[in-house]
Amino acid sequence: MRKHKLSRRKFMATTAAASATMIAAPFVRTANAAGKISIGFWDHWVPGANIATKTVVEEWAAKEKVEVQIDYIPSAGSKNLITIAAEAQAKAGHDIFAHPTWSPQGYAELLEPVDDVMTDLIKEHGKVNATVEYLGRANGHWLAVPATVGSQIKGPCSRIDLMKSLAGIDVQAMYPAGSPPKADAWTLDAFLKAAEACHKGGKPFGIGLGGTSDSVDSVGMFFHAFGAMLVNEKGELTVKSDKVRQAMEYLKKLAAFLPPDAPAWDDASNNKWLVAGNGSMILNPPSAWAVAKRDAPKVAEQCWTHGSPAGPNGRYAPFLPYFWAIWGFSKNKPAAKSLLRALSTRAAAEKMVAASAGYDLPSFEKLTDFKTWAEESPPKGTLFHYPNPFNHQILSVSAAPAPPKIAFQIYTQAVQTKMVVRFMQGEPLEKTLAWAEQECEGFLRT
Amino acid sequence: MVDAVLPGQGQVAAKAVRRSSLRKTMQRKSTIAFFMTLPLILLVALLVVYPALYAVHLATLNKGMTKFIGFGNFQFLFRRETFWMVVQQSCIFALTAVFFKAIIGFVVAHFVHNIPAKGQRKWRGMLLVPWVIPPAMSTLCWLWLFDPSYSAFNWVLGLFDVGPIHWTGDAYWARFSVILVNIWIGSPFFMIMYLAALKSVPEQLYEAAAIDGANWWQRIWYVTLPMMRNIIAITALFSLIVTFANFDIVQILTAGGPIDKTHVFATWAFRVGIQSIDIPQGAAVSLFMVPILAIAAIFILRDISKRGSEV
Repeated sequence: MRKHKLSRRKFMATTAAASATMIAAPFVRTANAAGKISIGFWDHWVPGANIATKTVVEEWAAKEKVEVQIDYIPSAGSKNLITIAAEAQAKAGHDIFAHPTWSPQGYAELLEPVDDVMTDLIKEHGKVNATVEYLGRANGHWLAVPATVGSQIKGPCSRIDLMKSLAGIDVQAMYPAGSPPKADAWTLDAFLKAAEACHKGGKPFGIGLGGTSDSVDSVGMFFHAFGAMLVNEKGELTVKSDKVRQAMEYLKKLAAFLPPDAPAWDDASNNKWLVAGNGSMILNPPSAWAVAKRDAPKVAEQCWTHGSPAGPNGRYAPFLPYFWAIWGFSKNKPAAKSLLRALSTRAAAEKMVAASAGYDLPSFEKLTDFKTWAEESPPKGTLFHYPNPFNHQILSVSAAPAPPKIAFQIYTQAVQTKMVVRFMQGEPLEKTLAWAEQECEGFLRT
Repeated sequence: MVDAVLPGQGQVAAKAVRRSSLRKTMQRKSTIAFFMTLPLILLVALLVVYPALYAVHLATLNKGMTKFIGFGNFQFLFRRETFWMVVQQSCIFALTAVFFKAIIGFVVAHFVHNIPAKGQRKWRGMLLVPWVIPPAMSTLCWLWLFDPSYSAFNWVLGLFDVGPIHWTGDAYWARFSVILVNIWIGSPFFMIMYLAALKSVPEQLYEAAAIDGANWWQRIWYVTLPMMRNIIAITALFSLIVTFANFDIVQILTAGGPIDKTHVFATWAFRVGIQSIDIPQGAAVSLFMVPILAIAAIFILRDISKRGSEV
């Protein structure tokens, strides 16, 4: 029998190689390494959409021999935000949690960086848009992976018939299914004229001016189109600027053509407005259309999701990504990272998009060509332009480009919509701006 | 007669005395009461005292919760226009709601008291319904009645060519709406408390007043009200605390809008602390309720104990 003598040099080399393999391997399953993992997913409001994440996780768990526990936590009543806050305080809870738009920035210090996962995903699926980077990165590190589930663009969803008959705009010709948009004439002026015409015709645009996300995103889109910002990227107050004044004057004119109770609208109001056949346009992801398909098929047949109007600063569309983040206190980080990779494959994303009838949006540039958006109907092609396939819009989030921790406060306190309502209700513009400046000044504190 | 005490006998006696005094202590009513309430005291300490102290601790931290800043959060709040608006609104909301709940409760309690005993139970049960339904559920029904676009009230008003009223869209109507719902939910509590107080007023007092020629109003003013004063004060205090801390009605009906005009302490603390991820600031907002309620409680309870000692 030959005897192997292990030299010191050989021992060192073998150990180094083994360590490198262990660090580099995404997640290597051994008999006891798999362990347990718990996930807090967002409870999708499209019926049956949760099945996609459940299937992907279960397949991954079976392959990796990991015991998983999935909880679907709704955002209604801010239940997900309350759970996140509780887990952050207790430093215990789920390993992976689906964080809404601003949450990763709010809990940046408590999240496990996922630079390695994001580097690989970007290599595989292409770049992510600037808004995802703005919301998902802090101090040079990726805080979380942009989730397909829950991510959305809140562009216009118009009534084909009403826009044609009342405003003389053919939205299908402007945004043809399968072809690039021909929307050069779709500007803020055209939008305002159309709003006026539809208001006169008794079918006003359904844009809320309340304190919830849909209202804030809509108003934010107009601010961006004018290049108006309350706080700039350096964290300096820019409320009293000409661009902000222009945006406010425009929004005051627009508000006159919106439903008079718009200041009380929440995120359900615009959906109900469209489904009930009361209006000719809302700014919303296709969830309203999906409900109309079930409850008011005649309305759904006339819906067309398309791009936003362009302003002096460009054509902006509100984009709200969800993020899958790993808590720093997670006891099974390698498995969590492995699962994030599994959830972010092209096949998994396609499954999620299909299960949500096109509502969910992957954030990577090579993942905007799924057949779901081209094939969903009625009418066929209604969602073709929803994922911004020709990149003709700049995807943005209201209150950007202020430093995220400040922008987050501006967003959740709905400062921009409150400014519009105050001004609309007769407050002098300079007084409104002074109020907004004082509010934003308060958000600068650390 | 024993001339000498055996060694050790003193110790035994002392032990016996100690044992008997322990037994006496254990047999004392107050001791038994203490031990019987101990589980509740521990529960209160765990669920009330600990969170309260933790809230005080949180309110002294900076936004990132990384360093102690003392009263920094409170100083910051005092400079905010929105905060003072919330203080004002919370006071308007709580005082108006409690006042009307007390009036309605008092009137309805009299009506019910005057119903013959046979049918009274049925009425009592029916009138308690708004109070026993979970507030979140009944407020949702009210939300549908006030819905911005599909208000059932507006539909009815429309039949008479009135309205539409923007119940939750106009600041003043929104305030009216949240107060109205609070009154609707809270009045039965006052009613049942006042009814119990009314039943305990001796009938002879009314008979004596009638013999003295007192009219209906004088009987209320000189007999009923003085006999009910303690119950009225306790009920008002209890309701004031609960109404000040109200969250569900405002959150469901208006979420503090439009333009923050219906925010109360709890909803604004939630908006700032949880939704805007500024837990220390949220804790500071919610703690601001404590001094206001403590002052109210001191005055009311002092008045009650003063009257108690007079009796």
